[in-house]
Amino acid sequence: MPPRTIRGMLKNKLVLVGILSLFLSFIFLFLFSNFFLFALFLIIFIILLVYNFIKVSRKLYDALGTRLMLLATVSVIFLFFLLLLILINGSINILSDQSLSDLIFSSTWKPFSGKFGLFAVIVDTLIVTAISMVIAVPISLLSAIYIAEYAPKKFRNIVRPFIDVLAGVPSVVFGLCALLVFVPLVRDDIAPFFGSNISSGFSLFTASLILSIMVFPIIISLCLESFNSVPIALKEASLSLGATKWETVKKVIFRAAGPGVLAAIFLGFGRAFGETIAVSMVIGNQELIPKSLFGPGQTLASLIASNYTEVSSIPILASALIFVALILFVVVLIFNLLGYFVLQRASKRWKY
Amino acid sequence: MNKSNTIQIETKTLNVTIHNNPVLKNIDIQIPAKQLTAIIGPSGCGKTTLLKSFNRLLEIQDGIKIQGEIVVDGINIMSSGLNVPDIRKKMGLISQKPYPLPMSIFENVAYGLRIHHDKNAKELAEAVQNCLQEVGLWNEVKDRMHDPASRLSVGQQQRLCLARAIAVQPEVILCDEPTSALDPIAAQQIEKLLLKLKKDFTVILVTHTLRQAKRVADHVIFLYFGKVIEQGPAAEFFNNPKNPETKAYLAGEIS
Repeated sequence: MPPRTIRGMLKNKLVLVGILSLFLSFIFLFLFSNFFLFALFLIIFIILLVYNFIKVSRKLYDALGTRLMLLATVSVIFLFFLLLLILINGSINILSDQSLSDLIFSSTWKPFSGKFGLFAVIVDTLIVTAISMVIAVPISLLSAIYIAEYAPKKFRNIVRPFIDVLAGVPSVVFGLCALLVFVPLVRDDIAPFFGSNISSGFSLFTASLILSIMVFPIIISLCLESFNSVPIALKEASLSLGATKWETVKKVIFRAAGPGVLAAIFLGFGRAFGETIAVSMVIGNQELIPKSLFGPGQTLASLIASNYTEVSSIPILASALIFVALILFVVVLIFNLLGYFVLQRASKRWKY
Repeated sequence: MNKSNTIQIETKTLNVTIHNNPVLKNIDIQIPAKQLTAIIGPSGCGKTTLLKSFNRLLEIQDGIKIQGEIVVDGINIMSSGLNVPDIRKKMGLISQKPYPLPMSIFENVAYGLRIHHDKNAKELAEAVQNCLQEVGLWNEVKDRMHDPASRLSVGQQQRLCLARAIAVQPEVILCDEPTSALDPIAAQQIEKLLLKLKKDFTVILVTHTLRQAKRVADHVIFLYFGKVIEQGPAAEFFNNPKNPETKAYLAGEIS
């Protein structure tokens, strides 16, 4: 009779022998450094383990499986708090050294003189994220609507894989392309066109441009998903009332897919806000608020990327960078919570 | 039955294929105005396809080919250069399962009105109230006009869809098995409404329940494997069917 519960399994003598042999194998390994006996008892343990698992009842498998899944889930949640704890603990050094308002509202970032003002970096981050979203959101929405509602089926099937691949391209690839294409383009054409002749090409605008391109495929792909899940009968209902296709898209499909579209925008924002390497490659890495968009800057994420090599020479810098990481973490957390509540409201309001 | 009734919709050798499978074959039918016409037949015989060809809703799906003429009010709606939304506006559609638009109860009914008429707020509210009274929903919803329509029961939702359809003053109401998702009481309400509405509208009802057709229809069209087997006034159709296949279907021998 195979054991039916975990307690039942422990009562089984074979299991006890198995646990004992595992225990013995460790003793021989660590206390006596006897590899032969270690291996012997380990093999006994494994044989018993396999034998037991073949014999255990299906009910026990079920119980073990459920506990394993619970353990996995709990450890993920635990990781969240562990990360938060590490970041807070790491920031204590800099926070006891300087006041919070000094850190956030001063603009001088000079690690060698012990100045860690983040104001300029925070402003740059907001500017870069905002511009990239302003460019990316309308274009991605328009193209998602075109692909989902207007394009012929063949076109849709051809375009879809390209967008999904784009969404998965490593960001350093985008960064490299931006370095080779956008930096000269901004330096030679775009900045002079807007009357800024001294731009090096490494600028807030260049970073925004590459961020918006990285965000496109994510927003498009997620929006397509939610546009496609709008039932055709809902479109028919609107069309049969004499609405045009555009009226249907604007007033019905957009609302029905609204929660999904919002989620896509939130995710896009998260990517733009936290993107590191591509930004760091083209933004110019200067911790200041530039006079124009075509001047160099620094975002929170790229600040960490371009400073972490100095950590060993300036001890307090490590704490300052962890504090920057904490800001990133908290902003993403707040934004996610916000997104969650907006989504809840929207899906109640726009249910069909 | 009044023989001098005019014809509202007439099809001439209408053929429809979906991904090259013929679904409707040489359909020639006449649908009398201001009557309730039932389209009956076993599932998969093309009833819904026929219904949706009347307001050109078929063509929003992929792989559909339509040939032949559909004449509504003397105009072939299949001819090119027509404004499709205007054609659709003439025909309200009630689907199997009610699909309220993702907005409030009020906005659902006002949706078509806002598109087609330039009404001020007061006129709009009056028109919405009239439509809701017409379908007997007003007393149930007058205190929660701005709740999302999805909170209504399924039966209420179906009546809301009816109110939404008549708000744009169509000539025809196309019903695609409108009671199949409803409980018996809600279904009965819809049936009664359709009988009331046929005074002002031409009602076309697709149904797979013979008893429903017997209860409400003035005129019957029997489809079988994409072909019209028999059509005519209901009394004649049910009491004195001419075609052997119709007899077999009415006797429950084919389905």
